Amino acid sequence: MDIIEPLVKIILVVIVNLTVVAYLVLVERRVSAFIQNRIGPNRVGPGGLFQPVADIVKLFLKEDIVPKAANKFVHSLAPIISLVVAMTTFAVIPFGNTIHLFGRDIKLMIADVNVGILYLLALSSLGVYGITLSGWSSNNKYSLLGGLRSSAQMISYELSMGLAIIGVLMIAGTLQLNKIVESQAHGMWYFWRSPISFITFVIASFAETNRLPFDLPEAEPELVGGYHTEYSGMKFGLFFLAEYANMITASAVITTLYLGGWQLPFAGHLGFSDLTVSLLQVAAFAVKVGLVLLFFILIRWTIPRFRYDQLMNIGWKVMLPLSLANILITGLYFVLR
Amino acid sequence: MEHSKVIRKKDLTILERMYIPEIVKGMRLTIAQMFRPKFTIQYPENKFTPSASFRGRPVLVEENGTERCVACGLCSRVCPSLAIEVQAAETKDEKERYPEKFEINMLRCIFCGFCEEVCPEEAIIMSQEYELAFSNQKDALFGKAKLLVPIEKVQGRLDFLRAHR
Repeated sequence: MDIIEPLVKIILVVIVNLTVVAYLVLVERRVSAFIQNRIGPNRVGPGGLFQPVADIVKLFLKEDIVPKAANKFVHSLAPIISLVVAMTTFAVIPFGNTIHLFGRDIKLMIADVNVGILYLLALSSLGVYGITLSGWSSNNKYSLLGGLRSSAQMISYELSMGLAIIGVLMIAGTLQLNKIVESQAHGMWYFWRSPISFITFVIASFAETNRLPFDLPEAEPELVGGYHTEYSGMKFGLFFLAEYANMITASAVITTLYLGGWQLPFAGHLGFSDLTVSLLQVAAFAVKVGLVLLFFILIRWTIPRFRYDQLMNIGWKVMLPLSLANILITGLYFVLR
Repeated sequence: MEHSKVIRKKDLTILERMYIPEIVKGMRLTIAQMFRPKFTIQYPENKFTPSASFRGRPVLVEENGTERCVACGLCSRVCPSLAIEVQAAETKDEKERYPEKFEINMLRCIFCGFCEEVCPEEAIIMSQEYELAFSNQKDALFGKAKLLVPIEKVQGRLDFLRAHR
């Protein structure tokens, strides 16, 4: 009996995640079009709402080309790793407060592990494999370079990411994501309580998801297509989806750790029933993640990309000392209090 | 590799080197652009009307019920992609010659306008039409039926040519 609850949650999360990923592509195209004084895709369905369907059908119907000298198994495995890792991270993210339905307490997260943050960091490290393997297995110099550059970039920024989180951990006192969100009640969100950590983590998230300004490994003018040059059809679609799924994951983590997760400061005082408050909190989480995603998209179309040496420079010489300094400052604050 | 020193006109302040205020300024501009008018023309509801200097598809001018063309063959000779085929024949009108067969292969036409430039009778000109989809190669051979256009429709182009040639 106990297996039904997680199963339902998993199915719900996977469906919602995939839908949001598909529509995020449309949102990005529309927002980028508006920024450039043009209208994005608006022909397929009202306002272009069926565009993702058209895109996915097109990708399924395309020919799947595998280079002759490529390692076929690894070539097919790499996009799967990328997407699976991106989506598995959602297992520990809390969507809302515990609700009481059908006579039982249901936690609105798939798995309440007591080392939630460690799980997140571990999975983001696994994400590097997808890109490295794709770059290497394509048997193409450009892909190899793109894959190596991307892995080096992701590994470098993982350090600052992990160290930045430590600042939050010291204040929260726990690794459990549920408790971290609960400790941000009444507007005590961590983004203003630990601003250096917030900024460092956001910048490191941009680098982790290979998103502008850190997207040199996949920039078309630089490396043809980087690590996804030799992919076509649905495999390319999987990489594409994996990139956006990573974006959603990063936004969800940023929201959980720094923007109060599902906390809605005034919701409890409005006199609604418990269930309504919980639903409002889930909606609040969705809105926050949406805003962070919008931020990701706007930044992509605002600033130019970093050159690779500038990128590594920032990762090691600016982000890392900054995160360490943040830990020092937080520690000093606790000692002197 | 020797790292070259970056030469700046004036040193950046610490706030500028953090780069974050610049990003905020950039984002303000980007978001402001989202609310400005868009330049996309929503075809096919709204169509783009080109100016008089636009070179659309070539058409034969029809004046008083008959084409102006005297089948001299100059357009056929000057066409860079050999798209025009003209077959002359005799007629009892004052102009004495007329094209018995006048065919432009639209798949070869490059819309350069040389035929219009070289024609001594102002008989072939580039119109304003640009919607030319066809679905098989036979439809691409435009004969006199598709090429003849009454002079009223192309007066704009004729005036432009007189004014600017």
